[in-house]
Amino acid sequence: MTDRIDPDAPRVGQTTVPWSRRTDIQSWNRYAAVNDEFLYFHMDDDAGVAAGNASGAFGMGNLRFAYLHNALLATFGDDAVVEEVSCQFRAINQKGDVLTVVGTVTAVAATAGSTLVTLSLDVVDADGRSTCPATAVVRLPGVGRPDRTERA
Amino acid sequence: MPDHGVGPWSAPAYAPAVGLNDIRRWAIATYWPEPPPALYVDPDHAATTRWGGIIAPRDFNPFTWLLDPPPRLPEETAEFHHDRPHVMNGGHADRYGEPIRPGDVIGARRRLRGIEERTTRLGRTRFVTTEQEWTNQAGGLVRLRTNTLIRYAR
Repeated sequence: MTDRIDPDAPRVGQTTVPWSRRTDIQSWNRYAAVNDEFLYFHMDDDAGVAAGNASGAFGMGNLRFAYLHNALLATFGDDAVVEEVSCQFRAINQKGDVLTVVGTVTAVAATAGSTLVTLSLDVVDADGRSTCPATAVVRLPGVGRPDRTERA
Repeated sequence: MPDHGVGPWSAPAYAPAVGLNDIRRWAIATYWPEPPPALYVDPDHAATTRWGGIIAPRDFNPFTWLLDPPPRLPEETAEFHHDRPHVMNGGHADRYGEPIRPGDVIGARRRLRGIEERTTRLGRTRFVTTEQEWTNQAGGLVRLRTNTLIRYAR
C-alpha cells in the first residue's frame, strides 16, 4: 500500500500525489505562448533533428519544471509555501510522452509554527525513466511540532 | 576559454504589472488539458486561502512578450559561444520569497556565476551558470534563480 504524504503529519518516506500529463504539440504550444519560448526545436521536427534529437521536436524543460510545482500543490494544498525547487534536465521530453511527477519525503524539520518538508522528486516517462531529477523544500504553516525532526 | 568567475549584477529591468489574465493563461497552459487549480483563477476561492487572493504559480514568468526585452549578459549570447552553437537548458535552482500577485511590478537583475568546460557525451561541453534575482515593487525578494545552460558543438 502506498504511503501518501499527509500534509498534516508528513513523514520521511511518504510519497507525493502522482501528477501526470501526456505531452505533445498541444501542451508545448500553449507553454510557448505563455512563456514566449518559440524555439524552433520545440516546434519543428527538422529543427529538433538538427539539434540532435532523432525523433524531432521535443518539449521544454521549463514545462517539466512547472509540472514539479503542480505536483507539490496537488500534494500539499493551497496553503503550503514552496520555498525551493531545483532540477536538472537529464533526458529529452519526446512527443507523446506521458510524464509523471513522483516524489518522496527525505526530511521533515519542525520550526516554530511550521514544518519544513524536503523532497526528492523526478519527472519520469511512461517506462519510469528519469528525465528531470529534482529536490524541493516546502513549508507547511501551522503544523510545526518542535520536538520532531526526521531525516532519511 | 579563459576562466569566467562571478560577474557584476546587471542594471535592473522591469516587467509590466502582472495581470489576472497573465496568471490565468499561465495556469491553463501548465495544467493543460485539465483545468487549473482555483487558487490561480477563482478570486472567491483564493480569498479563503492563507494568501487572501489570487497568486501566481511559483514558476510563473512575468518577463514575456516585452516590447523592449532587457539585454542578455554577453556570456549568454550565441556570439560569445560561436564555437558551441548548440544549447540546452541544464536546469534551475530556485529559492522563493514573496508570492507574485496581480498588480505586482517585478524587477530583475542578473549576473554570471561562472563558466566551466567538461567532456560529456556531447563532446567538449560548456556549462554557463547565471543568477537572476527578482524583487517586487516593495523590494521583497520574489525569486533567486541559478540556471545552467549547456553549450556544445556536436
